[in-house]
Amino acid sequence: MLKGIGVISWEFLTEMPKDGMTSGGIFPAIVGTLLLVLGSMLVAFPIGIMSGICMSEYVKDGFIKRFVTVMTNNLAGIPSIVFGLFGMEFFVNELKWGDSIIAGSFTLGLLAIPIVIRITEESLKSVSKTFREASMALGATKLQTTYKVVLPIAMPNIVTGLILSLSRVSGETAPILFTVAAYFLPKLPNSIFDQVMALPYHLYVISTSGTNIEASRHMAYGTALVLIIIVLMFNLLANWLRKYLSRKVKMN
Amino acid sequence: MEKQFKDKESIEDVMQMQEPSKQNRTVKIESRNMELYYGEFHALKGINIAIKTNSVAALIGPSGCGKSTFLRSLNRMNDLIDGVKISGQVLIDGKDIYNSKALRIEELRKKVGMVFQKPNPFPKSIFENVAYGLRVNGISHKSFIEERVERSLKQAALWDEVKDKLKKSAFELSGGQQQRLCIARALAIEPSVLLMDEPASALDPISTAKIEELIYELKSDYTIVIVTHNMQQAGRVSDMTAFFYLGELVEYDSTKKIFTNPEDLRTQNYITGRFG
Amino acid sequence: MKTIFKKVISKFVEGLLMMSGTVTTLAVLFIVFYLFKESLGLFNMTPVEDSYSVLVNKNNPVKKLSAQQIKLVFDQEITNWKQLGGNDAEIELFRTEDISNYYSEDEIGKNFEHLAQRINEHIEKHRGIIAFVASEYEMKNAASVPLSVDKITLLELMKGKEWFPTAQPAAQFGVLPLLMGTLLVSLGAILLALPFGIAAAIYLAEIADTRFRNIAKPLIELLAGIPSVVFGFFGLVVIVPMVQQWFNLPVGETALAGSIVLGIMALPTIITVSEDALHNTPRSMKEASLALGANKWQTILRVVIPYSISGITTAVILGIGRAIGETMAVLMVTGNAAVIPHSILQPVRTIPATIAAELGEAPLEDYILKHCSF
Repeated sequence: MLKGIGVISWEFLTEMPKDGMTSGGIFPAIVGTLLLVLGSMLVAFPIGIMSGICMSEYVKDGFIKRFVTVMTNNLAGIPSIVFGLFGMEFFVNELKWGDSIIAGSFTLGLLAIPIVIRITEESLKSVSKTFREASMALGATKLQTTYKVVLPIAMPNIVTGLILSLSRVSGETAPILFTVAAYFLPKLPNSIFDQVMALPYHLYVISTSGTNIEASRHMAYGTALVLIIIVLMFNLLANWLRKYLSRKVKMN
Repeated sequence: MEKQFKDKESIEDVMQMQEPSKQNRTVKIESRNMELYYGEFHALKGINIAIKTNSVAALIGPSGCGKSTFLRSLNRMNDLIDGVKISGQVLIDGKDIYNSKALRIEELRKKVGMVFQKPNPFPKSIFENVAYGLRVNGISHKSFIEERVERSLKQAALWDEVKDKLKKSAFELSGGQQQRLCIARALAIEPSVLLMDEPASALDPISTAKIEELIYELKSDYTIVIVTHNMQQAGRVSDMTAFFYLGELVEYDSTKKIFTNPEDLRTQNYITGRFG
Repeated sequence: MKTIFKKVISKFVEGLLMMSGTVTTLAVLFIVFYLFKESLGLFNMTPVEDSYSVLVNKNNPVKKLSAQQIKLVFDQEITNWKQLGGNDAEIELFRTEDISNYYSEDEIGKNFEHLAQRINEHIEKHRGIIAFVASEYEMKNAASVPLSVDKITLLELMKGKEWFPTAQPAAQFGVLPLLMGTLLVSLGAILLALPFGIAAAIYLAEIADTRFRNIAKPLIELLAGIPSVVFGFFGLVVIVPMVQQWFNLPVGETALAGSIVLGIMALPTIITVSEDALHNTPRSMKEASLALGANKWQTILRVVIPYSISGITTAVILGIGRAIGETMAVLMVTGNAAVIPHSILQPVRTIPATIAAELGEAPLEDYILKHCSF
């Protein structure tokens, strides 16, 4: 992977690909990946977090809870390519969104939802029962207890988990293969119904089926390195936020 | 959203709630033929007890005898556990807390404060811990909260130790201080009953002594029910003592009588340390 | 006034929470249901493409063939109707383009206007013919009858040895090669990853000093987060040439390369999860064993591992799960040949890789889902 360092330059990061992807940069792919991460975040976070809260705080143990848990776990275990298949059949064909950012975002969002639910649920569950009891004993309602006591305590873990889920989303190739990713598109998207390039797919394309594999090899090294750096940054950010937030929660 | 309302109004709301029955030494808490099941397990069997206003009642008995369960049923904390069934009556100020439509569960818990076995301050600042109960009850008047926090901390004999670091995390306090903070937190919403579930069991002897002293002082304003494993403690702090055994209330009498001349043989055996 | 307003707000928020829970559940159900529906659709399809027909002479007693039989016929592996339960007659193959061998351009017509008629005549003349023609050239009440082709059945799906969804005249849907490919690659990956993974976990949990552990563990966790396509790329530029050199193969893209890459991908999961399990063995248990005179290795083998075996099993299952479902890395390094592999040095293709490679070509892959997700 060290070979990638030599390739990376300001131009590599900010220019459009040129000459059948053998030179130029990967700017559109970076933008595409960031857009997809943002989109899937918008899809997965609100519903995932709220479902997690609902599951952990409101639904009583019993058949429904077991059923939903089994279902979400199942969903989390499905290979990502199957999400891609579903995304293509449903969002692209059935809803006629075509290959677009929105279809890709929804597909990636669906992939992330089970993870988000599980993270939220686990983090809330690990909050000691005594805090809930203390709050209830002071006359707080369940909702007040949840958002004034339980959520702040669980926040560092939730945020960390969410960022890690984003790091997973940013590296996924299979789900975007047929829902959004463009093979070669040296321009930036104009609307959410446009196709974009994305880093993982770009790497896949130029390392296996590019027009000139040998000539674009150095591009592939660079792309791989950029992808790793993005994932690394997500991880470091998650770690730092966990430390920062848990200090802050104690303080305030 | 709280700010949209006049704070004065809400203060008055709270002030009104705690007025009644402060001075008359009548029965404050009463249970009649109360039964409690955890699923199949019969945890409390026909409990009849009457606790007077502004007195301290100690609940003693071996582990698993139902004393904590009884304590938690007085502010309906058992509702949080799945599979609990309760029959019979529990009256506070003459109102049935389980079957009264007029009494909201949050109102009840505001009136009946609770201190837990282990100190459990929230991961917030000392000030915010005490202010929490006020805030969740819809009070946002700043000076009122400040005044109430100070008074509660003074009542809990903690003010002098923490007055310079109210903004610091509650976790920086020692175990004994944390427990007194929890007492202050419970006092801030001005309950009339204070339930204490082995409040000193996790503390060192000096902190325990402080808590006991505090209980003695609080007695004049509150009705206190305390669960304890420590019989000397029960003897020191309480006016009345109830002995629970295997889910039954075996004996309930003045503390002096229970510890010197118990009627039931089981009580006698427990007091003298033959079992438990 | 104030309390009412508050009540409304809190009821609203609680309602919102419950609703999102419900929506998620419904969405999950919907996805599962949708995938099932689509995949069951496969069993109502004939393997012959919609706008084509397989025709035979109307005097031919054989009216029904399976997809596999048709394929064998057109591959000239079955050459006599007797083998298919018909009369003793040679099978004559006919495709639309063969018509020019029998009729002149004039007879067919400039714009193929007489083509249907000519095909009909041809079939009438040859009793042993089997013809694969576009449906538009099939004549009503003619000398030819369309051969009915068996619908795709589950059994055929599982037993079929060939995967060729775009084959003509009859597509082949034997899932066996894909299944075998998946199993082979996953098995290889586990065999490679398990010993290394558990050894590394034991080393980290029991032997390595804390300083090394504190550095190594986050690094390994980081490795688990690297996108699979990067692993695939790594496999392509490092492992594939290596395999090719070692075994002197014409191509390096083999099941072995896939196994190695998948094994490397599964390692971080196996190491971290089983390390956690090992690390959670109560200190008192280890001390008790040591106090009884057991040495370090005896303690690890007889106390620590049995205590944490359930955690290690979880690690292995998680590792396998990742390996089986993995798409991109495998797609990039295994060579993608849908044949039943006879050795790990042959190219194979796994189920997920098949979806990725063929999606968009035909609507038929859906059924594969069942194998992936259930």
